[in-house]
Amino acid sequence: MTQAEIAVDRVTHRYGDRTVLEEVTVRLTEHRVGVIGANGSGKSTFARLLNGLVLPSAGTVTVDGLDTRRDGKAVRRKVGFIFTDPDAQIVMPTVAEDIAFGMRRLKLPEEQVRQRVAELIARFGLSGLEDHPAHLLSGGQKQLLALAAVLAPEPDILVCDEPTTLLDLRNTRRFSALLETLEQRVVLVTHHLELLENFDRVLVFDEGRLIEDTKPAVAVATYRKLMT
Amino acid sequence: MIGLYHPADSPLHRAPVGLKLAVLLGAMVVLFGVGGPVVVTVALVVTVVAYAVAKIPWRLGLAQLRPVLWVIGVAAGFHLFTSGPQHAAVVAGQLLVAVALAALLTLTTRVSAMLRVFETAARPFRPLGVDPARVALLLALTIRCVPLLINILGTVREARQARGVGRNPLALVTPAVVRALRTADELGEALAARGVDD
Repeated sequence: MTQAEIAVDRVTHRYGDRTVLEEVTVRLTEHRVGVIGANGSGKSTFARLLNGLVLPSAGTVTVDGLDTRRDGKAVRRKVGFIFTDPDAQIVMPTVAEDIAFGMRRLKLPEEQVRQRVAELIARFGLSGLEDHPAHLLSGGQKQLLALAAVLAPEPDILVCDEPTTLLDLRNTRRFSALLETLEQRVVLVTHHLELLENFDRVLVFDEGRLIEDTKPAVAVATYRKLMT
Repeated sequence: MIGLYHPADSPLHRAPVGLKLAVLLGAMVVLFGVGGPVVVTVALVVTVVAYAVAKIPWRLGLAQLRPVLWVIGVAAGFHLFTSGPQHAAVVAGQLLVAVALAALLTLTTRVSAMLRVFETAARPFRPLGVDPARVALLLALTIRCVPLLINILGTVREARQARGVGRNPLALVTPAVVRALRTADELGEALAARGVDD
């Protein structure tokens, strides 16, 4: 049986001449993993490697035994991705349509799609907004919609790249509380350090290198020290 | 199409989209093909009744016409001088009814239902290499991108004013194009993350 883990093995990634990740090796099996680091430290590239949005220049990334280079489709089916700006990831014009988008692409029966859309709309506090234009939602509602849409096809893992950066405190807490209730494994890249308090493990990146891999309190202390 | 749908329980909301599109097309043919004061007057009355049947609030109905009133005014003004007042009134009436009926279609039809009709309509072209799902996605993205682009233009215009750049069109177009391209990249990345290219 394939072990449930994300394995990043000696991964280096370059954009042109610029190396953004260097010789990163890590195995993630925990339910909640946080990723922190300064701007440009490579954490967003690291997140993108996990669902095959970015393929490594060297090394391999496997998710539950699936290679992101070889099995990209299966990896993306398994790993949902939340971006910082919800406006850039909502692809359909209305709330219900965007939640249904991923499931329709998987050709799920229409009745099942409808049921799941209704369930997610209720769960994420979007009731009454089914036919509402996505662009008219508030920032918090947009990020909730993005989360609902990514969860609709039931991925096993959720990778979030600074999902609360554009949210106010109330919506950040709301988003965080929803994340806590998810059954999925979560990899959260964030600058909101308080969100990581109950996480199992936190990685700290600095200038493309993984410099700390430990419990949240220690990792956050390392990061704070790095920022002084 | 950009989120005009007004939920209500009415025969027009329940009617199949294909039928509504066919009726709209037929109405346009009669309105512009036959024309004349009688046809336009009848069409105006039918349109008002249709809005009432669809339970569209009158303010919402009028709001659909407001953005195009200046176009109708210009067209009517032109015909007033070239063809006389009666023809100008007919042209204004034709345009008014056409816009109102098209708006009524979007007010009573969910975007999802409209997309499915376009997807179905594209199916016969599958042997020619047309992917119906892609056609529907293309349409959906087009609808989605309109408010995104309006938002980008608004932000750039504000930034330009804040910096006191004045009315230089380059100062509007250049950053707007750059931001639009960046948004397109991000949207592409989001589509890839959601498995569109798989």
